[in-house]
Amino acid sequence: MKFETAAGTNPIDRMKVVGRAHTRTDGPLKTTGLAPYAYEHQRDLENVAYGYVVGAAVAKGRVTMIDTTAAKAAPGVLAVVTAADAGKLGKGKFNTVKLMGGPEVDHYHQALAVVVANTFEQARAAAGLVRIDYARGNGRFDLDAALKTAPLTGAEKDDKGEDRVGKFESAFASAPVKLDAEYTTPDHSHAMMEPFASIATWNGDALTVWTSNQMIDWGRTDLAITLNMPKEKITFLSPYVGGGFGGKLFLRSDAVMAALGARAAGRPVKVAMSRPFMANNATHRPATRQRIRIGATQDGTITAIAHESGSGDQPDGGPEAAVLQTNLLYAGANRLTSMRLAVLDLPEGNAMRAPGEAPGLMALEVAMDEMAEKLRMDPIAFRVKNDTQVDPKDPKRKFSQRQLVRCLTEGAQQFGWSRRNATPGQVRDGRWLVGMGVASAFRNHMNMPSGARVRLGRDGVVTVETDMTDIGTGSYTIIAQTAAEMMGVPLETVVVKLGDSSYPVSAGSGGQFGAANATAGVYAACVKLRDAVAQRLGYNSADAVFDGGKVTSGNRSATLRQAASAGELVAEDKVEFGDLDKTWQLSTFGAHFVEVGVNAYTGAIRLRRMLAVCAAGRIINPTTARSQVIGAMTMGVGSALMEELAVDKRFGFFVNHDLASYEVPVHADIPHQDVIFLDEADDKANPMKAKGVGELGLCGVGGAVANAVYNATGVRIRDYPLTLDKYLDRLPAVA
Amino acid sequence: MRAFTYERARDAGAAARAVAANPSAKFIAGGTNLLDLMKIEVEVPTHLVDVQDLGFDKIEATRDGGLRIGALVTNTNLAADARVRRDYGVLTRAIVAGASGQLRNKASTAGNLLQRTRCPYFYDTNMACNKRRPGSGCAAIGGYSRQLGVIGVSDACIATFPGDMAVAMRVLDAAVETVDGTGARRSIPMADFHRLWGDRPDQDTVLKQGELITAVTLPKPLGGKHFYEKVRDRASYAYALVSVAAVIQPDGTGRVAFGGVAPKPWRVEAADALLPRGAAAVTARAFQGATPTKDNAFKLPLATRALASVLAEAKA
Repeated sequence: MKFETAAGTNPIDRMKVVGRAHTRTDGPLKTTGLAPYAYEHQRDLENVAYGYVVGAAVAKGRVTMIDTTAAKAAPGVLAVVTAADAGKLGKGKFNTVKLMGGPEVDHYHQALAVVVANTFEQARAAAGLVRIDYARGNGRFDLDAALKTAPLTGAEKDDKGEDRVGKFESAFASAPVKLDAEYTTPDHSHAMMEPFASIATWNGDALTVWTSNQMIDWGRTDLAITLNMPKEKITFLSPYVGGGFGGKLFLRSDAVMAALGARAAGRPVKVAMSRPFMANNATHRPATRQRIRIGATQDGTITAIAHESGSGDQPDGGPEAAVLQTNLLYAGANRLTSMRLAVLDLPEGNAMRAPGEAPGLMALEVAMDEMAEKLRMDPIAFRVKNDTQVDPKDPKRKFSQRQLVRCLTEGAQQFGWSRRNATPGQVRDGRWLVGMGVASAFRNHMNMPSGARVRLGRDGVVTVETDMTDIGTGSYTIIAQTAAEMMGVPLETVVVKLGDSSYPVSAGSGGQFGAANATAGVYAACVKLRDAVAQRLGYNSADAVFDGGKVTSGNRSATLRQAASAGELVAEDKVEFGDLDKTWQLSTFGAHFVEVGVNAYTGAIRLRRMLAVCAAGRIINPTTARSQVIGAMTMGVGSALMEELAVDKRFGFFVNHDLASYEVPVHADIPHQDVIFLDEADDKANPMKAKGVGELGLCGVGGAVANAVYNATGVRIRDYPLTLDKYLDRLPAVA
Repeated sequence: MRAFTYERARDAGAAARAVAANPSAKFIAGGTNLLDLMKIEVEVPTHLVDVQDLGFDKIEATRDGGLRIGALVTNTNLAADARVRRDYGVLTRAIVAGASGQLRNKASTAGNLLQRTRCPYFYDTNMACNKRRPGSGCAAIGGYSRQLGVIGVSDACIATFPGDMAVAMRVLDAAVETVDGTGARRSIPMADFHRLWGDRPDQDTVLKQGELITAVTLPKPLGGKHFYEKVRDRASYAYALVSVAAVIQPDGTGRVAFGGVAPKPWRVEAADALLPRGAAAVTARAFQGATPTKDNAFKLPLATRALASVLAEAKA
């Protein structure tokens, strides 16, 4: 199905199943431990051996000697694989740095060897016996130093890294009210609960891998490239994923090490990354250095806006696209955005939940707050005044839907924004200084082709097969809802099978594109299945109504079971997209409201309440969507208040590489959270009329927290995370 | 983790003798810290002597009106004990400010005192660390030191003792009772139990190899108001940036010890005497001679502000 014109009325609009709150269909499996995660498939296999990865002890340099004699002689050891005996390995399309190092070392904890043994404990103990000598090289680990000579670099290969509209410099120079401020965001770790894990088993030249990956086809393709083997020979399975946040978008070393280990040992091998390995072996969200300039007239009309960002990555990597939302979020005749990319020898930077927008809005939304204050305007009024319904660069291009203003104003109403004291540092509750903050939320919607196969069994059960993944997001549930709505059956009559490379290729999970595109692909397959059912029954497909487990056409009616009585019906299709996303700007919008308390003595920041209002097209399932948004808000609190991979610029690694030292929010950090979804259906997006919310819920949260802290204390902090060492000396004296 | 042998001791003397006889043997009780360190080969004992069956799990009144806390009393049970909550509130508050419910259920009183530093360089065996490998150097000096010590540290090590319970015990003038392989017993004041690093940061405490903690004693109750103010980057399950354990009497006198700043719970009795003059006077004396890094210099004003918070609450 090619989606080229705006969707008309279709069976999804009935919203008998879609749009209704359903708890997760996979919930009981997960709460009872019956959903097998990547590391747990030994129930399907016999004789599984264990692999343990040895990582580089230096960040840059060369292995001069690697001695595996003691490891190989250790109890239970079956094989030790290093680059020297792995055979020639390719590098996948999606990973910047090769997943097995040696003799060259590209970053700290890059995998250099895998030790395979009968038990996990034997493999781990033997891994400690691999002796490696290095010639340490000179690495580039200091982002600020490297940015001094870093070139402009775009997000895509043909972008020059700078985007201009009008004449920013002169407009800014002549603006009566101006802000010029710098903001920093640190490196972030995905820190998902389930670490990278894979089990690999060979059958002749065919490889089966159970893994934890968001994008089945990308992972399978890159594994084939890495191992120099045909993709068709790989079965790549990831039915359950314990969180990914973008860290599992791409093939990682666990799958490669498991495959190499299994080949060497002649047995199935399972590999899981140990937690202390996760920060440096994996990818991370790169740190940014951002400068924002805003010029406005006295009435608060933005006349000039510039957002420049610098980040670093390994050679051939990409920039953290922190400025892109600034091209679209607010009006202003004269505009400049640019990105610089420095080369660093820290671990590979790559996508983490809402790449670009997450750190970009942490800066932009504080700048908007600062500017509103200079203008003596309410920060919501300032944002409303500068709303735009068109792409500022190309005013003929409208947003397909844009309800940012409604998100802000309805949120203000719900949150009690009118009770906010505009003068900072005035509200006190015992030892606590109390403040409120707001930020706009913005995240683009992306179209991705997505396929599915749908079966109608003789028992009337509808089975959906697609390589879509459920990374804790609710894919199983919303896909079942889509098929149930399309086929006119109860949710319980639908079986959903995901995460298997033998199923049609889907959008996968990432960039908040999963839910809308994957369900649109299921929609397309169901349209075909409906045709097949009608044809089997001799009905006219165009007027067949699927409802209540029956198909009705005129005065004829049959159950789905009757339709399939002569044999299973199978249909496969995918959704593909025309250029509606060029004609229209497809984006999602929201507003985040935060109230914080700041301990007047110690500076400790504690959240008091949060609200997100989201306008993101049709919400397929309010329960799973809300779960995505409150999780994203929690991640936003983490990035605002505590998350930071600490860089040791001497040795070139992230020092705090475990969950004791890389802090993420705990339950006690997260108070009352509310989420409101505006009633929307975006007919330019896809036949589901849905977009995404999983990243929108994160975009802007950090800015809202920082603005609330300012409102509470009168102290403006432009460097994340807002840890008390950055502002203690600016709080009022107490002793 | 390296392979090790394991025995479950039946009596304290045998346990002490077994560990005394083998320089790379260790006691294990709850194992909440030791096992984690063994997994990453920061600790590599060749033999473990499990002391969990030795009793030592009671909290009893002492003749002089105090309490004797068995070495194996769990953190949860110690914090929940009615006598402790009534008479030694600072101790309950300190314990529940630490770790998580699950860890406190497993962790023992003695083990809590013996927990090792959380310096990230100590945790990474690729990095030089005089505490982990004597003579190898200290990667933390000149590195990421935001969590590390500001006073009592040395050129060989700038790590801190990370615990909370011991900070309260220091304010209460607790003592650690031990027995060794010869059957000799001694009582070590909490003030002397943890060492300053000097040039031997590998030695956290004054215990000899094979010396087994049997109990911690608390003198008779001090009265006054009890406080444990722990400042950290998140609301729970994090080590202190700075913590303040204090017992303040109605007349404004009292005692105070600081956590998260030094190789041991940091209490300077001469600074206690300045409590009636306010937080700044106390910390000026308590942190005299401090040698913070650029990353952790904030701990000094933070200590003052945290104590000021306690003193304001004491007056309220």
